[in-house]
Amino acid sequence: MTAIMKRELGSYFNSAIGYIVLAVFYFFSGLFFYLYCLLSNTESMNYLFLSMLMIVMLIIPVITMRSFSEEKKQKTDQALLTAPVSLTEIVLGKFLGAFLLFCLCNAIYLLYAIILMFYGTPDWAVLFSTLLGMLLMGGALIAIDMFISALTESQIIAVVISIGVGLLIYMLDSLSGIFNVEWLTNILHSISFDAHFTNFINGIINLNSVVFFLSVIGVFLFLCVRVFEKRRWS
Amino acid sequence: MIEVKNVTKRYGAVKALDDISFTADSGEVLGLLGPNGAGKSTTMNIMTGYLSANEGTVLIDGVDILEDPKEAKAKIGYLPEIPPLYPDMTVRKYLEFIFELKKVRLPKKEHIDEVMQVVKISDVENRVIRNLSKGYRQRVGFAAALLGNPPVLILDEPTVGLDPKQIIDIRKLIKSLGKKHTIIFSSHVLSEVSAVCDRVVMISNGKIVADAATDKISETVSGEGMLALEVDGSASAVREAIGSVTGVKRVTKGAGMSYTVEYDSDVDVRRGIFNALAKANCPILMMRQGGLSLEESFLKLTEGGED
Repeated sequence: MTAIMKRELGSYFNSAIGYIVLAVFYFFSGLFFYLYCLLSNTESMNYLFLSMLMIVMLIIPVITMRSFSEEKKQKTDQALLTAPVSLTEIVLGKFLGAFLLFCLCNAIYLLYAIILMFYGTPDWAVLFSTLLGMLLMGGALIAIDMFISALTESQIIAVVISIGVGLLIYMLDSLSGIFNVEWLTNILHSISFDAHFTNFINGIINLNSVVFFLSVIGVFLFLCVRVFEKRRWS
Repeated sequence: MIEVKNVTKRYGAVKALDDISFTADSGEVLGLLGPNGAGKSTTMNIMTGYLSANEGTVLIDGVDILEDPKEAKAKIGYLPEIPPLYPDMTVRKYLEFIFELKKVRLPKKEHIDEVMQVVKISDVENRVIRNLSKGYRQRVGFAAALLGNPPVLILDEPTVGLDPKQIIDIRKLIKSLGKKHTIIFSSHVLSEVSAVCDRVVMISNGKIVADAATDKISETVSGEGMLALEVDGSASAVREAIGSVTGVKRVTKGAGMSYTVEYDSDVDVRRGIFNALAKANCPILMMRQGGLSLEESFLKLTEGGED
């Protein structure tokens, strides 16, 4: 599992993708940090995080687009599937590789917090709860997009569908307001990433939300394993 | 060492493999022979656990590949038809990855160095795989299969797309490895199989059509002994002389001075034929056992399957 995770992380930086992802993430977070924190004279990073949600939705499909589709295309999955490792280990290794890259993206917020220390006192507790929420939500998105990548041989198809699904998830909360059917609104609200993330941003670590994101990760990683299992029989 | 028992594989309505069974003993080099699309790769993919069979079992050293895949896979080194290489990695990095993936417990650097020397890729260890030629890529894949010294090697058409010099190198390599490993390797190049393998299993249309030692395969085809002869002398005298030997069933004249003799495989008729022809003053210029060459058996068997 660690071998796969290391290779996965390494492959991001053997190609340009890892650097591009980091550059785009750092650029936009830096821009928003300047606009919403430094220019507005506030030590609250809430607006920064909320604005970054959109960037996260767009950047995670780029991180995951190759994970399974490229293996299938290059037939390298044959090396993984005939090695003495279980399917769960393969999927987990790949997930952790992508997740670590995402963690590397989010590490930049710590730097921003340190910069804020020169002007005021950032609320570290809220920052860490927000970061935890960000990582959980990112992990859930990575799991969903990895599952999409496992279904296709083409990186392009994987990235387009993933972005579409990401945007839909992003809009779920506002969509839930449109319908006047109460039970539908409730369902949409309770599976909305946005609504769960808002808890974290307010400094509330809600067990419901933690379990929600962890279950999304679990379900979609399990589905990835099933996709592999099914392919052996077809 | 390897047992394939009653394996059937269906792709939808198409039967890719139909009740295939064979075994390979420890230290044996087994050739899997068949025309393109006969089911060689499918067989190998099932043996290595990449695909699952609809029916039947595969035992590697007594371990079922489906029931205990980790243990069975640890015993196998597999080189698929297209070597599964990551083009963006260097050769050494790739081999280190496979080393860790296979959880090999040997000294890492020494073992990788040793394997690279065996397949002669030490000179490209720091090059990116994307930039390597086909021959080198094939050998990198070979090195990956050898990592961890697995007792069983499964090689799917390891010489396809190589130049003649490389082909000879790979064959030599397989032969030398055959002393320590059980090797199953597939090919549609017949001369290769006869040069390298102890035993041949022929597959045609998903069925096994022959399973015998390499030099016995032509006998399996005709069902009896065969001799190829070149004799100087008039055709009638030669026919009469050979026909008089006990055990000879039929004499057929080929082009020029060549004859094919079919005989009862229980008796060795070669001495009798020599004496009879000497008496008739018809000198034997050439005598070879096994009338059909491997090529001819191959064609006969695989065409027979299509009828």
